[in-house]
Amino acid sequence: MSHLNDLPPVAALLIALFVVIGSSLALLGSLGLVRLKSFYQRLHAPTLAYSYGTLLIVLGSMAMFSLLEKRPVLHEIVIGIFMLITTPISLLMLGRAALRRDRDSKLGHDEVVPPRLPRDTPRPVQARDLSDYGEGLVDQGLLAHGDKEERIPREPTD
Amino acid sequence: MTPMLILEYALSYAQLALIAALGLSCWRMLRGPRAQDRVLAIDTMYINAMLLFLLIGMGSGNVFFFEGALVIAVLGFITTVCAAKFLMRGEVVE
Repeated sequence: MSHLNDLPPVAALLIALFVVIGSSLALLGSLGLVRLKSFYQRLHAPTLAYSYGTLLIVLGSMAMFSLLEKRPVLHEIVIGIFMLITTPISLLMLGRAALRRDRDSKLGHDEVVPPRLPRDTPRPVQARDLSDYGEGLVDQGLLAHGDKEERIPREPTD
Repeated sequence: MTPMLILEYALSYAQLALIAALGLSCWRMLRGPRAQDRVLAIDTMYINAMLLFLLIGMGSGNVFFFEGALVIAVLGFITTVCAAKFLMRGEVVE
């Protein structure tokens, strides 16, 4: 890697720090995608890679190419802006699709899904008791109050 | 241990970490209990591949990996949106 020798030492250390932290955050996001229990928890994990991982690696790449070519190289910021715009859209659509699918499948699965209420029903004052939700790593038994909501047990299918 | 060597090792570590992240999200895509898990895992794989392209471009000093990364980002967004629309409506084009 001969082109790395043209960098100033301080900048090289800073770029190395950015790259290491960014890729570690991306790895943590994917690890959360594997380890977390329910889909609505898993939806939050990869946003580490989407936001901080992309930000840090794009910053490192911009700094490195700017210092190598002795002029501001800013085209990597297009990726950053694109990710900033598209990530909320795609994850919001995915979350709403999952919510709709969970409601339409007669709730015969193990997710805690807010029920669909008609417009005129009074809203519940107290939040639902979710204290025993999300414990452990077994993918069943999350719903503690299943019998109160007349849920039909059913194998979750795709 | 010059700073250049540290940067070289850092780039290698970052590429290995992103490959590991690709493997983890691929596991979730293959296992994932329901369809939305698979879509989320595919989206994560797209982003990890895009970051990996950026890192390979940094390691080789080649600017043109950036364009591949941009194409991967756009394709990942379109894939996720289309799959989410399909999951919600049952059809893509309305």
